[in-house]
Amino acid sequence: MRPGSRFYSAVCETEVVIVRAADVVELSCGGVPMADAAPAVRSSGPARGHDTGTVLGKRYEDGEAGIEVLCVKGGRGSVAVEGRLLSLKSAKPLPASD
Amino acid sequence: MNLFMLLEMAADAAPDRVAVGSRVGGIGYGQLLDRAGAVATRASQADCLALLDLNGPAMPALLFGAAAAGVPFAPLNYRQTDAQLAAATDRLSPVLVVEGEPFAGRIRPRPGVAVSRIDDVAQGGPHTTQRSVDPDAPAILLFTSGTTGEPKAAVLRHRHITSYIISTVEFASADVDEAALISVPNYHIAGLSAVLSSVYAGRRVVQLPSFSAEEWVDLAVAESVTHAMVVPTMLGRILDVLDARDERLPALRHLSYGGGRMPGSVVERAMRLLPHVGFVNAYGLTETSSTIAILGPDEHRAALAATTPEGRARLTSVGRPLPSVEVEVRSADGAVVEPGVAGEVFVRGEQVGGEYTSHSALDDQGWYATRDRGLLDSDGYLFLDGRADDVIVRGGENISPGEVEEALVTHPDVEEAAVIGVADTEWGERVEAFVVPVAGKLLEVAELQSWVRERLRSTRVPDRFHQRSGLPYSETGKLLRRVLRDELDDPAAPSMREHVMRDTAIVEPR
Repeated sequence: MRPGSRFYSAVCETEVVIVRAADVVELSCGGVPMADAAPAVRSSGPARGHDTGTVLGKRYEDGEAGIEVLCVKGGRGSVAVEGRLLSLKSAKPLPASD
Repeated sequence: MNLFMLLEMAADAAPDRVAVGSRVGGIGYGQLLDRAGAVATRASQADCLALLDLNGPAMPALLFGAAAAGVPFAPLNYRQTDAQLAAATDRLSPVLVVEGEPFAGRIRPRPGVAVSRIDDVAQGGPHTTQRSVDPDAPAILLFTSGTTGEPKAAVLRHRHITSYIISTVEFASADVDEAALISVPNYHIAGLSAVLSSVYAGRRVVQLPSFSAEEWVDLAVAESVTHAMVVPTMLGRILDVLDARDERLPALRHLSYGGGRMPGSVVERAMRLLPHVGFVNAYGLTETSSTIAILGPDEHRAALAATTPEGRARLTSVGRPLPSVEVEVRSADGAVVEPGVAGEVFVRGEQVGGEYTSHSALDDQGWYATRDRGLLDSDGYLFLDGRADDVIVRGGENISPGEVEEALVTHPDVEEAAVIGVADTEWGERVEAFVVPVAGKLLEVAELQSWVRERLRSTRVPDRFHQRSGLPYSETGKLLRRVLRDELDDPAAPSMREHVMRDTAIVEPR
């Protein structure tokens, strides 16, 4: 896992790109491990508790692991690291500068 | 992460929204994605995709198409001579150069340099399925303006630019009525970052092929432009046109400026003329993927309303560093200085490329020396003070040319001023000034000297004055003191046609 690498959900359309990498074993979506290639077949859908969805263009992070991802394709599953759901990163918007 | 993904995301979010052009008949995000795919098919046959053109609707497709093909995009400066362009394209070889209509025939096709017309590349055609693009691959090659020497190509990798966009722009945050006017040339970092930021924000892009203040105002009115970025010389001229036409651009919300020193008086005038507009001062460099510090709209308003000199001074600050970058000011011996002390500005962050085709200029810890001189105040506001190379050392004392120039231009009869250091046997360097009088006014050396002496320390008073009808600026409004230094070094230079003002001599008005 390194910045820029892309991970695909096995249960929904969610795709994320690593913005800040961390030394974590596993990234999951919908409760199922994500893979670094698009799945040939998707399984049934996100597990309960992992189904609040991931929104295109939003950044998600886990402070404990120090990981941050950008959602580049939205889906119904939620992304988690070591079982903890990532939280939406809220940054104060900057004024447009260019 | 690569630049093409930014467009893919935007097209995914709003395929039918207009990305480039007029609200009716413009190119939608979905269409732009298709065009970029078509460009990628052609671009993948070369190692680099270069562009020689004014701003136009094909440019965004070429920028994203090169990214999709995994080859760097190299917009060329059409103001360069044919010989310079030939040297640049040689350096980029094997390269596919796309020529716009106005520049047809300027690049000679030769082995390693293929030339295509813009319509052949940017329209339709088969699509390439996206290769997986390494975030570490070069995305943009830009020949820098070279205010400190010979032009060189800066390298920005996908990870630098995407990091800049993702950390500074909220995805799909633009209202559907927002439109950004791009008038900076596409071979300038701000011309590229404006396209990338706008696409990621979902903001429609309106392009001015090349800048004139009249056309800028016409287009801003016709397209109900809400956002724009200008360089200092543009802003002054735009204000003149707005004044003359009694036009106030009611749709405009946001005007950012950067690329060179902006006189405080111009900002003040702009804020009073356009009180409904939020002004943003953006400081950045090609090597840093554009903006690294911002003075925002609220900070502008607070500075204008301030009653203390410190509060007012904020209007001349370039603001605070972005949360995603670190800025340090260091003295000549490399030590980080205290707030309020001037030195050279260093920057570090994921968006900082600091790299050229020949070498990386980052130090071991990832810091990039901007060669800009400046200081951070106690609240973290950055004030710039010209290029580090422009500092005059007179008798061991550092003198900033900007400070003396600022004093000179407050004189009612002085239109423009430039100050440089000239080798001096007694002082090491002495201060000399180039001045442009206000039309019809006479300038007197003794008068100018006492004007400066009343405002600054006597060591800062220029020993000699040279009158000019104009001063050399880069296209983005940076005063080119180097050109003036070169002129003095070589009095036979053709541009040395105007005379030195003798002490107390009255000089003819221009």
